[in-house]
Amino acid sequence: MNTLDFARTQFAITTLFHFIFVPISIGLSVFVAICQTRWRRTGDEQYLRMTRFWGKFFLISMAIGVVTGIVQEFQFGMNWSIYSRYVGDIFGAPLAMEGLIAFFLESTFVGLWIFGWGRLSPRVHLATIWLTAIGTIMSAYFILAANSWMQHPVGYTINHATGHAQLTNIFAVLFNSTVLLAFPHTILGAITTGGMFVVAVCAYLMLRGKGSRLVSKSMRMALPFTLIAVLATMAFGDGQGRLLIHQQPMKMAAAEDVYNTGQGQGFSILSLGSFKDNPGPHGTTSIRIPHLLSLIENLSWNGTTKGIDQIQAAERKQYGPGNYVPPVGVEWWTFRLMIGAGMLMLLIAAGGIWLSWKGRLERRRWFQRLALLGVALPILANWSGWIFTEVGRQPWVVFGLLKTSAAGSPDVSTLDIVITLTGYLVIYGVLIALGSWLMAREVRHGPEPDPLPGDPPAGPEDSSRPLALAY
Amino acid sequence: MHTTFLQGLWFVLIGVLWAGYFLLEGFDFGVGMLVRGLGRDTVDRRLIIHTIGPVWDGNEVWLITAGGATFAAFPGWYASTFSGFYLALFLVLAALIVRGVSFEFWGKVDSERWRTSWEWAMGISSGAAALLFGVAWANFIEGVPMGSNHVVHATLWHLLNPYALVGGVTTLTLFLTHGAGFLALRTRGDMHDRARALATRVAPLATAVMLVFLIWSAAKLSFAPGRLVVTLLAAVAAISIPVATRRSEGAGFAATAAAVVLLTSVLLVALYPNALPSTTSHAYDLTLATASASHYSQVVMTIVAVIMVPIVVAYQSWSYWVFRHRLGREDFEGPGTPTPLAVFEQKFPSEPVG
Repeated sequence: MNTLDFARTQFAITTLFHFIFVPISIGLSVFVAICQTRWRRTGDEQYLRMTRFWGKFFLISMAIGVVTGIVQEFQFGMNWSIYSRYVGDIFGAPLAMEGLIAFFLESTFVGLWIFGWGRLSPRVHLATIWLTAIGTIMSAYFILAANSWMQHPVGYTINHATGHAQLTNIFAVLFNSTVLLAFPHTILGAITTGGMFVVAVCAYLMLRGKGSRLVSKSMRMALPFTLIAVLATMAFGDGQGRLLIHQQPMKMAAAEDVYNTGQGQGFSILSLGSFKDNPGPHGTTSIRIPHLLSLIENLSWNGTTKGIDQIQAAERKQYGPGNYVPPVGVEWWTFRLMIGAGMLMLLIAAGGIWLSWKGRLERRRWFQRLALLGVALPILANWSGWIFTEVGRQPWVVFGLLKTSAAGSPDVSTLDIVITLTGYLVIYGVLIALGSWLMAREVRHGPEPDPLPGDPPAGPEDSSRPLALAY
Repeated sequence: MHTTFLQGLWFVLIGVLWAGYFLLEGFDFGVGMLVRGLGRDTVDRRLIIHTIGPVWDGNEVWLITAGGATFAAFPGWYASTFSGFYLALFLVLAALIVRGVSFEFWGKVDSERWRTSWEWAMGISSGAAALLFGVAWANFIEGVPMGSNHVVHATLWHLLNPYALVGGVTTLTLFLTHGAGFLALRTRGDMHDRARALATRVAPLATAVMLVFLIWSAAKLSFAPGRLVVTLLAAVAAISIPVATRRSEGAGFAATAAAVVLLTSVLLVALYPNALPSTTSHAYDLTLATASASHYSQVVMTIVAVIMVPIVVAYQSWSYWVFRHRLGREDFEGPGTPTPLAVFEQKFPSEPVG
């Protein structure tokens, strides 16, 4: 491995780690905000206990998401200084906006939410959790706008004096067609993640005989929340795929393992492609369903699908000699893992809704076991989605403008990167171990028990009790 | 190339972000360092952590935004500095990560060993970050070996030179005093008295180190009259710290706040019109004009900043207003009080004793 490989590995590991916790906290922030809203609306104490219980998981994941997020912002300058100089004029603006508009909002209001219980009026306190949720969602918008510019550069010109990209239209960047689909796809994916998390924790509690009205209620609330989110995630994903055919045809050709342009292409249900840079030998064994790919991509029996070899030839002509094919095996697998995980989540959510409609949610242990295992699915989908989109852009770091191989920091040695990579692995390893352990502890501890019929109704002092979330 | 108006404005704005960061996170660092020192038992330590609990996360965003604004307004500055101070920056990041989770994880498990470990983590990471920011800034203004392509060639050992270490000890002691003063302002009873006594004791040390750093900087970088005026103001603020601290905690905190802001001003004034000077040759200095983003990009960012900065300052100030009440031991005592119930019920806290 050379310096570039280590820098890429570092980016991949820190980003994927960051993105375990970010979707959980975005999804849970919305879920917790809904619980608290229902409590205010209905006065039902069950919702208050739900707010407290799920709030703990939200805060643990948010803490890890926040601290690992700092590394993300600094890493561009540290490992990718040529990239930073090249794109700073455009890429920096959404990053700065993210800080000014989103991070301040979520960080300030999450503090007010945790410690402001009983001190702020109920209405204002409810607003703080919504503002936190809005802050996390807006931060996703800005960082996705920045990433979308790397996938599909718009609103720029190349400054001939410096050779760097220069912003000419901020609205083109903020309303890039790519981000308009990537944002809802990612946010709905995050909401799905939060929903699947709640469903899995409830399933575990039911399996352990710790089911209660609160657990059932949480699960019944999270199931439709998840179903709607996962369906919408898929709908936007489908739109992204259609957009990719025009914006990054190579990525889609690699995802479908199509080497030659043709009409009425079959859909590959198994391909064994190369995981290294291509084009290698076209030694892919595929089993295909005739015409299905053309049907999906073009909505036509005999539609034309472009192949890797033809796109490679066209890009060579456009960008000069070089290899423009990303690792086909990685693209094929991550694309299918993402979609497969999405389908399974859809089945779990739909199955759960069916069972709860039939009133058997609490009794079907096979479903509870399935839902518990389902906690890994959103993480798998999120990860494979990001690997698909980032690896599929290779060899470019900014599509069509700057290659990854020319974007690193010239003054940073392999040793430097190995040192920091080791450091991050140790710190992140401890963080993931502690974070999971703390969450598992909270799950085992379970939510507050349901009040018994003989119990006195909760008085106002109980309602204003601060969340057991403060330090 | 001359610095344009917008470049100057963004340099000032980034300076404001740094000053805001040091002003706010400065006392967080100080309080973090004092958790073990001033807290005699778990109740004490919970009380100490609670003084910054609601606000530290928002305070840290000043740094994140300073980073983002530097990336947007001066990509060359961001690229050269972040890659050039590679390992030093990694240490800062490691300290900030450990510190961030130490607050969040501290109360999650009811075990003495668990809490003690996180208290030490909190103290060491707060101290390390406070020290490293001073070291980094001293190096920023002194400059680093750098060629015509603005690629920095400095090792971690190079950055840990005596002058930079004095810079580090300056921020360390200043933030410690600032934190002790903040703690005295936010607490009552015994904790208040101890915090105040400690602030009085460390204040002269902070003053002395800061004066050494200011004089050394002025001599080493041969400050012209304009810069000397700002340096002199910072020196006056430094000298006023012990006097003011002895007078009242409010005056003491105002003095450390002024010293923090003026120290940041000295650093910025020393840097201008450079983003990062070169010790190899002044011909290779990375100027703000060279490091700058385009005019259009800066106009866009200016509009965003003009709208957002007042809003951010307004709601952050409001959060300080919400959590203005002094905290005391009795808020955290009692059997099985994992949560500070009493704090929230106390609308009119008693005045501090003495």
